[in-house]
Amino acid sequence: MNHKPMEEARIGVYVCHCGTNIAKTVDVAEVARWVGEQENVVVARDYKFMCSSLGQDLIESDIKERGLTRIVVAACSPHMHEKTFRGACQRAGLNPYMFEMANIREHDSWATDDRAAATQKAKALVEGAVRRVAHHTPLEPLPVEINPNTLVVGGGIAGITTALELANAGYHVYLVEREPSIGGHMAQLDKTFPTLDCSACILTPKMVEVGQHPNITLLSYSEVEKVEGYIGNFTITVRKKARYINEELCTGCGICEEKCPKRVVDHVFEAGLGYRKVVYRPFPQAVPKYPVIDRENCTYFLRGKCRACQIFCPTKAIDFEQEDEIITFQVGNIVLATGYDLFDARRIPQYGYGRLANVFTSMEFERMVNAAGPTGGKIVLRDGVTEPKSVAIIHCVGSRDKNYHEYCSKVCCMYSLKFAHLVHERLPDAEVYNFYIDIRAPGKGYEEFYHRLLHEGTHFIRGRVAEVTDAARQPGEEGKLIVQVEDTLIGKQRRIPVDMVILSAGLEARHDSREVSQLFKMGCDFDGFFVERHPKLDPVATMTEGIFIAGCAQGPKDIPDTVAQGAAAAARVAGLIHLGTVMMEPVRAYIHEELCSGCRICNTLCPYNAIVFHEDRQVSEVITALCQGCGTCVAACPSGVISGAHFTNEQIMSQIEGVLWDVRRNGNGKQPTVNIQQSTANVQQPTVNEP
Amino acid sequence: MSVNGKPKLAMYWAAACGGCEISVLNIGEHILTVDEVFDLAFFPCIADFKTVDVRGYPDGYIDVCLFNGAIRNSENEEMARLLRKKSKILVAYGSCAYEGCIPALANLTSKEATLETVFLNNPTIDNPDRVLPQPAYSVPEGELEIPEFYHTVKALDQVVDVDYYIPGCPPEPHQVWAVLQVVVAALLDGAPLPPKGSIVGAGDVAVCEECPLEKREKTITRFYRPYEITPQPGLCLLEQGLVCLGPATRSGCGALCPQVGMGCRGCYGPLPGVEDQGAKMLSAIASVIDAGEAGMEEAELDRVIEEAVATIPDPAGTFYRFSMAHSILRRANDSQSDKV
Ligand SMILES: Cc1cc2nc3c(=O)[nH]c(=O)nc-3n(C[C@H](O)[C@H](O)[C@H](O)COP(=O)(O)OP(=O)(O)OC[C@H]3O[C@@H](n4cnc5c(N)ncnc54)[C@H](O)[C@@H]3O)c2cc1C
Ligand code: SF4
Ligand code: SF4
Repeated sequence: MNHKPMEEARIGVYVCHCGTNIAKTVDVAEVARWVGEQENVVVARDYKFMCSSLGQDLIESDIKERGLTRIVVAACSPHMHEKTFRGACQRAGLNPYMFEMANIREHDSWATDDRAAATQKAKALVEGAVRRVAHHTPLEPLPVEINPNTLVVGGGIAGITTALELANAGYHVYLVEREPSIGGHMAQLDKTFPTLDCSACILTPKMVEVGQHPNITLLSYSEVEKVEGYIGNFTITVRKKARYINEELCTGCGICEEKCPKRVVDHVFEAGLGYRKVVYRPFPQAVPKYPVIDRENCTYFLRGKCRACQIFCPTKAIDFEQEDEIITFQVGNIVLATGYDLFDARRIPQYGYGRLANVFTSMEFERMVNAAGPTGGKIVLRDGVTEPKSVAIIHCVGSRDKNYHEYCSKVCCMYSLKFAHLVHERLPDAEVYNFYIDIRAPGKGYEEFYHRLLHEGTHFIRGRVAEVTDAARQPGEEGKLIVQVEDTLIGKQRRIPVDMVILSAGLEARHDSREVSQLFKMGCDFDGFFVERHPKLDPVATMTEGIFIAGCAQGPKDIPDTVAQGAAAAARVAGLIHLGTVMMEPVRAYIHEELCSGCRICNTLCPYNAIVFHEDRQVSEVITALCQGCGTCVAACPSGVISGAHFTNEQIMSQIEGVLWDVRRNGNGKQPTVNIQQSTANVQQPTVNEP
Repeated sequence: MSVNGKPKLAMYWAAACGGCEISVLNIGEHILTVDEVFDLAFFPCIADFKTVDVRGYPDGYIDVCLFNGAIRNSENEEMARLLRKKSKILVAYGSCAYEGCIPALANLTSKEATLETVFLNNPTIDNPDRVLPQPAYSVPEGELEIPEFYHTVKALDQVVDVDYYIPGCPPEPHQVWAVLQVVVAALLDGAPLPPKGSIVGAGDVAVCEECPLEKREKTITRFYRPYEITPQPGLCLLEQGLVCLGPATRSGCGALCPQVGMGCRGCYGPLPGVEDQGAKMLSAIASVIDAGEAGMEEAELDRVIEEAVATIPDPAGTFYRFSMAHSILRRANDSQSDKV
């Protein structure tokens, strides 16, 4: 096909140096010179910073003075500056969609040191943009109304903060929490570094506020099953799992829990250190107050008898017949605050967790020191009575380790220091050893807290622990756990015998974060943490409009940072709600009805249900307001009668042809001949002698 | 125009089956009108002309030349160039000349492999001395030559400039007659001709538009070959699992095949604006294959899709049956891909 633009295109091309970011690797002057010779290019310049106001002025004055009708800027990613340059076009009276950006930084200069190759690639990318922009048509952005309700997923401190901020601003929030109670990990902690305030004391008032807030619909023991729509208009389907408790009747008196004859190990809230009943609330201050019957372990569900809870419940709230409930509602924005999982210390067998009784995880220790925990706050060995005389705290378990997670989990140093302090406080005679690689204590009051611990007499040993073993080799080691480490400060192998070992396990992404990210159609990184729109400048937005993230779901962080993100996400959402409408990219599909044969291939494909079929006229139609411009139907229509605005076949094909300019002999698309530089000896040209 | 004032008509076959000639004759009694209006200048199928006759014509002597067949060897190319020179209007007639058709499926393999299959390996071949055609051969009487067999089969416009295209394998008689009428009107009465490069004798919507079968939403779990099932009458074949290229194919034929229970093969070529008919249909089919349920394991999904896809035995031959020469695919990549 011959991709010729409709009218004569007058294109201006601007190649940015980006300081030295691009110019160091790409010969920008050469790219500008070369592109100036290409078809339809009227102006081609290179400039130090195109995004500066001077750079933008350049575009504006060229449009006005040279009558440019299309603009290409070769610079960074369109995510950074497409808006900037579209703005420049608009100010000069050019429709902003008559602009195209070629990314010669992230896609080119940052990817190689080879100047010749980078320059060649820059030419290809720019030529692609030049040929594409010749086919651009003016477009107008589409207004979309924002539903003022918001979905918050995850009721840890991040989600709680977001929900309260929005609710207090007068907006309605649906807070969906998977567990029977909100609170998240913070509810499990005892004291919080560095101020050592009691975690529950500062958290539970917020939980209560959530539970009672008229603007918050709390859906606990629930999970999001389906997400349809787009910014401003999401339809959410939630499965509210059966608690087997009639919430209307339950007063939260706790008699059922008391009377239930069966208890099981609580692997969730008590981190495996304690027990809970089969009908239970994870902890006394749980919000909501209603218990849950753990169907898998319930004697009635297993054997058809017992019913102790039902017999004793004063309000007849126990309902064994209850079924899961499916709830749907509409929201305009979504905040994901699903938090983290603790690294499973069993994955490092040489540290002995699960094999050596007196090796504990950090979360077990949090529960142990908690006055409301299984030991009533006493620090004891696995036997439940013996107080340890010496405790080893091993930092960076699963973090900063190529075999597990290369990243630093950010909070483990600080909570390990907190643990050391708590041991000193509860067992003043015990020796405490912290095995660390580096102490990471950046934060208000954090370094000071470290110094305090140095004075409390904690032994700090610098080195990654090789092994924790119960195999005694020297006198004094019998019956002890021996921590084998190379003390890198003195350059010696050391064996430290202790009674108790605490493994400061790192924070990792939720085990199901990938599925969650797919459900919400947004991205997660290699480690499974949700990806923010920009790591510095847009930390709570995502690449998907209308979906925000907060807290540890985005990466490991402590409570202050988590709360800051929770509030930031709320502010972003509130801003959108306040606006009422947002302007969306007019990248939409359009069916040329007069050419549609009504084959109905496209009818079932649209993920946003934007395609309708008109039986009477036997043609399909895309409802513009619903279309999100994903392009699925455009690719599928076998007749080629669906076009995607700003991504038309012509635009894409001519961009491809432009990118391949140096491997093609002619541009008419009929004979894509690869220009391989080789001897033509074996190429048999037909020799035709015309008479 | 010649002495008797009649416009000159030519029809030539390159790499073709002969069906195109028959399709012209198939216009029925209208052939008498053709005979009345035109003077035949060259038409090897029905009249005894020699190439030397054509060589003797002045340039542009032939008013309309219907060229059918693909360019498979040097003789085809030589004739194409010759007829281009001698004709005012050169029409790529039928699918082979227009887009390569069945001959161009050989582009999925190499020249050598094609010759081997034809002259050595076919079960009906008896060639103990493994003789292959030689472009030149010496005999006592002198040097004998046969045309050079090309590596890549091309459509007519990949060799010479073409004025119009008439799609179809072969073109439908009513369409042929309609085109001839336009040409006659232009030549005799000076009526306007369609713009150069037009595709004539066809519609610009898909075959489905002409197809009376009922179309519903489609999810296809597997495909069937035509002999495997008897399609339910009145219902779109594609959704019954019979590969039908109707939605990816230009109308004009009247949807003859689907109406007798045979899926459209795609002989009228891609729709306007479609770069690659095969890719377009593939992507459509891929979109409506029932790819399992949400939440299914990755491996299970792979299996479901693989099994569905495996029910189409010859995808390249199915989706590119007519359009290989112009497709983005163009030909199978082999060491000689830049040969002609
Ligand atoms: C041992 C330990 C000690 C710590 N001590 C301190 C400290 O002293 N000071 C400090 O500042 N920080 C401390 N931290 C860090 C602190 O735990 C986190 O910063 C904080 O809990 C993060 O809160 P969050 O809301 O992001 O995640 P989480 O607390 O993990 O909450 C996420 C919530 O989302 C729910 N959820 C998850 N997936 C879904 C889903 N798909 N659908 C619905 N709901 C879902 C979860 O059930 C949970 O309720 C400590 C961490 C550890 C491991
Ligand atoms: S796939 Fe194309 S031709 Fe078929 S119904 Fe949809 S828009 Fe019409
Ligand atoms: S491009 Fe097509 S499939 Fe995608 S959202 Fe729009 S109508 Fe739906």
